[in-house]
Amino acid sequence: MYEFDWSSIPGAIPLLANGLLITLEVTLTAIVVGIVWGTILAIARLGSNPVLSRLAAAYVNLFRSVPLVMVILWFYLIVPQGLKAIFGNDIGDIRLTSALVAFALFEAAYYSEIIRAGIQSVSKGQIAAGLALGFTPGQTMRLVVLPQAFRNMTPLLLTQAIILFQDTSLVYVIGLSDFFGTAYKVGDRDGRLVELLLFAGAVYFVICFSASLLVKRLQARFAK
Amino acid sequence: MIEIKNVSKWYGQFQVLTECTTQVQKGEVIVVCGPSGSGKSTLIKCVNALEPFQQGDIVVNGTSLSDRKTDLNKLRSHVGMVFQNFELFPHMTITQNLTIAQEKVLGRSKDEAREKGLKFLDRVGLMAQAEKYPGQLSGGQQQRVAIARALAMDPICMLFDEPTSALDPEMVNEVLDVMVELAKEGMTMMCVTHEMGFARSVAHRVIFMDHGRIVEDASKEDFFGKPRSDRAQQFLAKILHH
Repeated sequence: MYEFDWSSIPGAIPLLANGLLITLEVTLTAIVVGIVWGTILAIARLGSNPVLSRLAAAYVNLFRSVPLVMVILWFYLIVPQGLKAIFGNDIGDIRLTSALVAFALFEAAYYSEIIRAGIQSVSKGQIAAGLALGFTPGQTMRLVVLPQAFRNMTPLLLTQAIILFQDTSLVYVIGLSDFFGTAYKVGDRDGRLVELLLFAGAVYFVICFSASLLVKRLQARFAK
Repeated sequence: MIEIKNVSKWYGQFQVLTECTTQVQKGEVIVVCGPSGSGKSTLIKCVNALEPFQQGDIVVNGTSLSDRKTDLNKLRSHVGMVFQNFELFPHMTITQNLTIAQEKVLGRSKDEAREKGLKFLDRVGLMAQAEKYPGQLSGGQQQRVAIARALAMDPICMLFDEPTSALDPEMVNEVLDVMVELAKEGMTMMCVTHEMGFARSVAHRVIFMDHGRIVEDASKEDFFGKPRSDRAQQFLAKILHH
């Protein structure tokens, strides 16, 4: 019978908190950059320029067709080597930077599909009304379409953010000490892997479950 | 004011407008009617370039729409348009709906835009609704706000695309009253509508369309008195006998 021993957790709290900060940093960066870049991709994809539209579609399809863990490895192993070859100088510890870039670019592909659907959910009549008032197509997008699109898709954007928060644990493949990675290392060090992993799982569960309750409440409000 | 010259339009292979020609003088009120699918809404949307056309030309206040150098956004800012489904912006209050284009397109100051917007809101009798959102208003009220929003831009003419078709019957009159008042003030108006009472009381001319063609373009008296085409006679018989 396995004897649980939780005593190594209290002492590890500062380390774990640090890890959680890294997890949050990666999550928030990916949300912000992902939504901004995703919006640009969605507009390009829906726009009238066929070249931009195809490029945006190709980008989205590429990132949606490869596993995230591979993208993280690419940006850690391959891209820095390329940059080194070009610029010649040595680069320091790029684990965090490469994770931030990988997640932002990867998530942008998913966000752009949500945002594209959001833009399409705004009626053509609203666009006509914006143009009829003399707005340029750009102003119509910014002042009329996007505010309504974002309102319609807020629950979906938050749901994606929750998935993203969980997915950040994949940075363990490049040895970055996020929350999960730190928990694993502490457990390994103290020989208490089971306890630490159970604890980490509980923390992820509490955060994600509360967030999804929030999404449900928002959905109910928007449905009114 | 508005000259429509030989305009033809296709959706792919399907021709929706065939050689439409007419004009609207300054201060004139024109009613465009016809069965559904006759191209009347498409024609009026062509006038402010919301719909492109492939042949012919439309000249609004001396500006040709088919001229590539024409700034269509600028042209549209001078042409008021009212839609069947109101198309107020649901994420803005009534006041914001009235002021945003004045500020962003005409470059008016916040105070100036607000003063002007509220003046027109008062004219359509909805001052009390200024801080509400469109969703809190009835259809008739929303359409009156939409008219005020267009008027606040100081348009040189107004286009109405079936402004009462989406309304419950008891709200039709409050919108028509606003339109009648506008017509009496001498606003140049082109209205797609089936409201023949409105046509009888304020229109100068009536245009009847069928299958993308202008079949009849006559003075109000001639149109209601002795329509020349069989199509227009049948149409009138159908909609007037209810």
